[in-house]
Amino acid sequence: MRGSNLAELRAPLSDVDGALDLVDGFDDALGHGFARLGEERAGRLTVLAGAVAGSPLGDAVADAVAKVAAGSVSEEHLSALAAARAALLGAAHDALLARCDAALGRTRESWQPSASEGPPVAPNLLAGVRAWLTEVAVTGWRGVDHELVSASAPLVEALYGEPALRRVAVLLDGLTDELRASSPVATMPRLPERRWADLWSRALLLTRAGAWGAAGATDVTGRLLVLGVDVHEHATAVRVQVHGVLEPAGGDTPRLVRTNLVAAKVDTIVGPAVWQLFGDRPVLLGALAGGHALDLVDMPLLPGGDLVWHDERASAGAPADPFATARVLLPGAVAPPVHPLDRHPVGVATPVLIEGFTAGEGGFDIDGETLTVDVESLPDCGPLTAEAVAAAEACIGLLRWDAGRWSLRPLAVRGTVKRKPVATHTGDWALGPTDPKVVKAAAKAGDAVSVLRERAGRLLRK
Amino acid sequence: MDDESAFEKHDSGWERASTARVVPPVRPRKLAKVPFVELADGRLQGVVSSGSDIARVYVSSIGAGTHGFSCSTNNNRPCGGLGSRPCKHLQSLVDEAVLQHGFARVARYLQVDAAGESGAELMAQLRGQRDSTPAATVFSRFLRHLAYLEVPVSVAPVPELDWFPTGGAR
Repeated sequence: MRGSNLAELRAPLSDVDGALDLVDGFDDALGHGFARLGEERAGRLTVLAGAVAGSPLGDAVADAVAKVAAGSVSEEHLSALAAARAALLGAAHDALLARCDAALGRTRESWQPSASEGPPVAPNLLAGVRAWLTEVAVTGWRGVDHELVSASAPLVEALYGEPALRRVAVLLDGLTDELRASSPVATMPRLPERRWADLWSRALLLTRAGAWGAAGATDVTGRLLVLGVDVHEHATAVRVQVHGVLEPAGGDTPRLVRTNLVAAKVDTIVGPAVWQLFGDRPVLLGALAGGHALDLVDMPLLPGGDLVWHDERASAGAPADPFATARVLLPGAVAPPVHPLDRHPVGVATPVLIEGFTAGEGGFDIDGETLTVDVESLPDCGPLTAEAVAAAEACIGLLRWDAGRWSLRPLAVRGTVKRKPVATHTGDWALGPTDPKVVKAAAKAGDAVSVLRERAGRLLRK
Repeated sequence: MDDESAFEKHDSGWERASTARVVPPVRPRKLAKVPFVELADGRLQGVVSSGSDIARVYVSSIGAGTHGFSCSTNNNRPCGGLGSRPCKHLQSLVDEAVLQHGFARVARYLQVDAAGESGAELMAQLRGQRDSTPAATVFSRFLRHLAYLEVPVSVAPVPELDWFPTGGAR
């Protein structure tokens, strides 16, 4: 990627700005509460309804805005508004992803509607979640208190009991944890309006379908070459997401793929300890720590580009340097399509190799253009630090977009230490930390996972 | 400036950021003595191991605002060390809460208007009376907390985690 690509990436997208201004109107209403909107806020929702008037949602949204403005707020109306908001953000996502693909010269497959998603699971439970989300919307974030947050606890617990509803469970748990920590929300000087409205809307849409995107897998055989590992977590969940290039057996075009491991955890399990939660996937973790390829036989691949990982269908392959993969295979790899309901700017996370830059304050200077580097989300479970990023000569990262700007989240860097090239990857410690200082600190803090598992064994099965 | 205020120095795009940070990550601490600490339901509450009996735990809590304190076993027997002043279990609870969440966050949750660093400094600011708290409620939250460790790993995509980037603890 050169400075000219970066300039192309960052050229203004006025349609995206316009769509997000409309979304702001909804997000403000959700902060205030739909019970007493007032004329000005209702007016902003009317403009939002106008934006989707020509779509299949048009009538439902126009009706919902009229009813909500008149003081009648129901689940149906809120669902229609959430759908309109999701449609606008979906359009913004499409524009951003198209821009990103064009700047990188990347080919992306288009979504083929086919797979049916199966019958909805636990409709009564999902109705309960919807009722809670409705109460939150009627009240508004500013009215959320301990009591309203506590009312969500039995719902979250029940959701974890239904494996098919894991997405809703993880989402609602993350949102309510933030609300619990922020209660009473009325005392917060500022509200994370976009974020909470995103989470609320996605939760509401998930209660309609239960889940989506988990059907239609096809088995693939070939070689997986790892580019890097992205880590996401909140207090009670952690996801290790491996980005890589799949070389299908038989010589088909290499494809950009991901694979995901999602574990439940508690807030006191942090840093390198999170890898212990995935200890029963030694083949994948071994490849991350050891830097080798993975040979796959009949591994399910979902239409959205996610491999459904079965450790027993993979075996360790030859040593493979992610920087070589990024240089040789990434430019020609075909990117996966995005499930229509997953289209949101937060999902634009595209692997890219950056070379020929100068690392400076706040970012990488490429031919005079500065790319912001997101050093605040470097995973604490790996050795990649802000210092390593500042000394980087090459970087594999994910191009992301949030709050109106592009940034790079590093997954791996290569630099020179004592005149020798040294590469650091977020997944280097997948089998445990290798830095003696970190090992010592971990030993001092004690093994949180073992302590808690021991307690769980004693108390949960009495 | 402590970690907490550095963390909360939101930039101007914070309100419009899908991945805005709301809750600072907790700091690692030893869990053997106080396996569970949380700021929830308007209380600092948690579970403290008994020093003498491995099968016994104490359920301790301090109310936000009122600072009313309580401590009993999980079977609702009052803590023998609790008088008109907080017991050693409550001291441990506050010490570990400060380690885990930082002084500023715990003080703000309890509505203590003071600066400091240690659990002892925070304890010195509490002016509450002995109070009764349903130990069963807090203990069931602890059991619920432990139950997360028994949820199997999922290999299906959870795109909702895109909203929760990691990092920030170091």
